[in-house]
Order: sequence, then structure tokens, then C-alpha cells
Amino acid sequence: MGESVVISSRIRLARNLREYPFPCRLDEQGRLEVLEKIKKAVEGLSEEFIFVNMEDLPEYGAVSMVERHLISPEFAKPLAGRALAVSKDESISIMINEEDHLRIQVIKSGAALKEAYEIADKIDRELDAALSFAYDKKLGYLTQCPTNLGTGMRASFMMHLCALSESRTVQRIATNLTKLGFVIRGTYGEGSEYSGALYQISNQITLGISEESAIDNLMSICEQLSNSELQTREKLMESMEYQDRLSRSMGILMTARLISHQEAMRLLSNVRVGICEGIIEDISLNTIDKLMIIIQPASLMSIEGKKLTPQERDIARAKLIKNSLR
Amino acid sequence: MKCQKCKVNDATTHIKRIVNGKYTEYILCADCAHEMGFDNVFDTSMPDMFGGLLTSIFGAALPSRSQATRCPVCSSTYGDIKNTGKVGCASCYDIFLQELLPSIKGIHGNTQHCGKVSEGVCSEVNASEQKSTELTVEELKAELQNAIKEQNFELAAELRDKIKEREGA
Repeated sequence: MGESVVISSRIRLARNLREYPFPCRLDEQGRLEVLEKIKKAVEGLSEEFIFVNMEDLPEYGAVSMVERHLISPEFAKPLAGRALAVSKDESISIMINEEDHLRIQVIKSGAALKEAYEIADKIDRELDAALSFAYDKKLGYLTQCPTNLGTGMRASFMMHLCALSESRTVQRIATNLTKLGFVIRGTYGEGSEYSGALYQISNQITLGISEESAIDNLMSICEQLSNSELQTREKLMESMEYQDRLSRSMGILMTARLISHQEAMRLLSNVRVGICEGIIEDISLNTIDKLMIIIQPASLMSIEGKKLTPQERDIARAKLIKNSLR
Repeated sequence: MKCQKCKVNDATTHIKRIVNGKYTEYILCADCAHEMGFDNVFDTSMPDMFGGLLTSIFGAALPSRSQATRCPVCSSTYGDIKNTGKVGCASCYDIFLQELLPSIKGIHGNTQHCGKVSEGVCSEVNASEQKSTELTVEELKAELQNAIKEQNFELAAELRDKIKEREGA
């Protein structure tokens, strides 16, 4: 299972302190108390974290964190007592006072779900010892929304399913996956058309299945999806028109002076396949994956450090892409 | 006054809406109101716009007794939980367990956790697990009979599976 299809792996654990009501029943005072306790516990961890109060961020700063998958869209709304603890390389983040008191998240690039879980598990154990999480023998970890009961774990892969999306197979797969207790959904998309062909596939069931089994199941689904994506790519590559499209995408990205987010995502997706298939050289997949994140509207504004109009964004985006691909 | 959307028909519907603190006002004709999904605002047979989604998760398993029962920790009622889809605190799961179980089963197809055990309860659980493995098949069968008598079918099903497993082994 190579990085040509799997972009990143993510684990998220939902946890709550035993002696406090869940965030929906906490007032500002309560949230601040919970934040103070968690902050103290996080500072005791072996890993070093930076704390960000969500209230103190400009709007685009918070949204750019959503774009980098550090926080949920809901968490980006400023609210007293909400804070994010994030590791220096941003691979570990802890949302405090989101839907649950804690959301521990670990992101690893490539297919590294087990490694991501090991890190999350270690942090979880250390924090549990310090904070004492709400847990029930029957229902497992107790969460504000019953959909997270049990392990409280959501595991997911970010996958580049360009060929499957092109051949319109993703929709059919999505229906079948739902029956098996998995969800697949497009990211960075508007409506049902996902310009970058990036999909996130995750487990839906958290009660009655162990973390290990849930991860094994997801990995086996991911492997099947990867294989079928690679086979479909191979078929598409037989056509000269398809090869031409991939190469031309590179041409446009290298020369454009104005480029919308949607167009850039579509072209970067083509270039990504071109790199994997060996017809575009001297550019790493990592460069493309990074670009797919930083060319989003709020991330661009964060880089520039100010608000930009849509046209200013299109100019900045074109420049950024050109410089990165050179 | 003309409808603000089509600017042709007379406006007959006035909608004021606050979503996430953002106030919007519409003055619409009947056709445009229908198009925007505002035709049934006063139809009380419709489920509540926000709670409706979540009520479907929590089903109709609401016995009248818990309507007035409040959680002593966070003072949620089962009605609050049903309407918002959010459980108030850890002890709500104790107090409203019977009401919540059908929906939990609906979501996960299961009602027994089998993953990681929280450190704090680790030793406690080990003790109780040891105890349950000490039960003989005969004792389990007796418990099964009791469960059936008390019409506790969920426990009965669990015991039945345990007996099968034990006899199979």
C-alpha cells in the first residue's frame, strides 16, 4: 500500500473528564476549569505542546487550521475556554472543549495507521492517569454524542482516488462501504464533485469492536481500494488522451498567473497521478500533497498574514504553485 | 409589497431566521417561500427542524416516567438528550441507560464495549471478569432461566451466547 494512493493516516480519540458535565452542559466558568486541568496534564506529557486559545485567533487563522485538518470546522468558532494543544510538527493535536472535553488527534503521512494509533494510545494513557476519564465497563469511554461511545476512536485514511473518481466508481463503493460500517467522503469538495479527488475513509462503529480490529478492518478496505485505484489508473494510462491531460496540467500550473482553488486542485490531482505513473519527473509527491493543503483560501491568507480578495488569492496561489514546482 | 426574490408576486410570507447568531429576514410570495422550503412553518405535525434529525436517532423509546426525571449532576432530562442528540454528562448514561440502549444498539449494532480499558478501572474489571469466568455452564443456564423469567432478553441473549461459546470450547 504505497503513498501513490494513501496520503495520510489519522487517529482521533474522544475523551471526557469524569467529574465534569460534557461541554454542552458546561458554562464558561466550567469550560475554563476543564481547560485549566487539561492544560496542566498536557504540560506533564513527554511531548512538547504549544497552546492556542481559539478566541485569540483571527478568523482566517482558525479556518486555516481546519484546512490543515488540525481542528474541526465547529471548533474554529471562537468560544471562551476552547483551546488547541498542538505539537511542534503539527502531527499531534488536542482539541480542548470541542464536542468532548478532549479530542486527541494524531496524523501521519502515508499508510501509517498503526503507528498513529500507538502515539495516540500512549498520550491517552498518560492523560487518563492524570485526569481520570469518564469510562463505563459496558459502554466504554463515555462521550457527549452516543455515536462515539466505546473506543471513542475514529480512524481514517486520506486517499487520492483520481481514477476511481474519474470512472465514477466511488459512489458505488461508498454505498457498499456504508453497509460494512465505513464512511467515505470527499474532502475539499463542493457538492458531489470533488475537484482534488481526495477522499477520507473512516470507521463509523466504535462500540463492540476493539481498536485493533477496527484498524485492521479499515486497513484491509484501504488496501482493496488502493489496488483497484492502481488498476484503474493503469487502464486509463493506455490512452494517449489521458497522458496528454496529465502533462498539460503541469503546463498550466507552471504558467498560470491566476488560478482558482478548484482548478488548482483538479490540475494538482492530475500531476500527482503523472508523477506516480512516471510521466512527470523531478517533483516529489510530498510537494504536491503540501501544495494541496496550502493553496486553500484561509491557508493562503495565513501565509500572507492578511485578508485577501478572491482575485488576490488567485494571484498568490498561482505564484506559490509556480515557485514550488520550479 | 412585492416578493424580494422574484420581485413579481405580492409578498405574503415574512420569515425571520437566526442561524448561528446570524439574523436573516425574508419577505416572500407563496411560490418562492415554497421553493425555499418555508411553506410548512406553522405545520406542527412536522418534526422540529433541529431536534428532528436527532430524534430519529433516539427513536420513540421514551417511557413517560423519565420525562420528569432529571440527572442529579447536570440536570438534563431524557427529553433534553432526545431533542439535542447530546448526552449531558457521564452519569446521564447511568440514569437514562434503559432509554438510551435501543438507540445505542441502533447506531452501533452492539451494546457491549470490547476495546481498551481505562487505566482507572482496569483492576476492578479484571476482578469481575475473573468472577464471571468462574461461573459454570450450569450456573449460566440457571441465570439464563432467570433472565427469561424477568423478560430481560438482552441479558438472556448474552448468556445464551456465553453458554454456546463455553459448550463449543
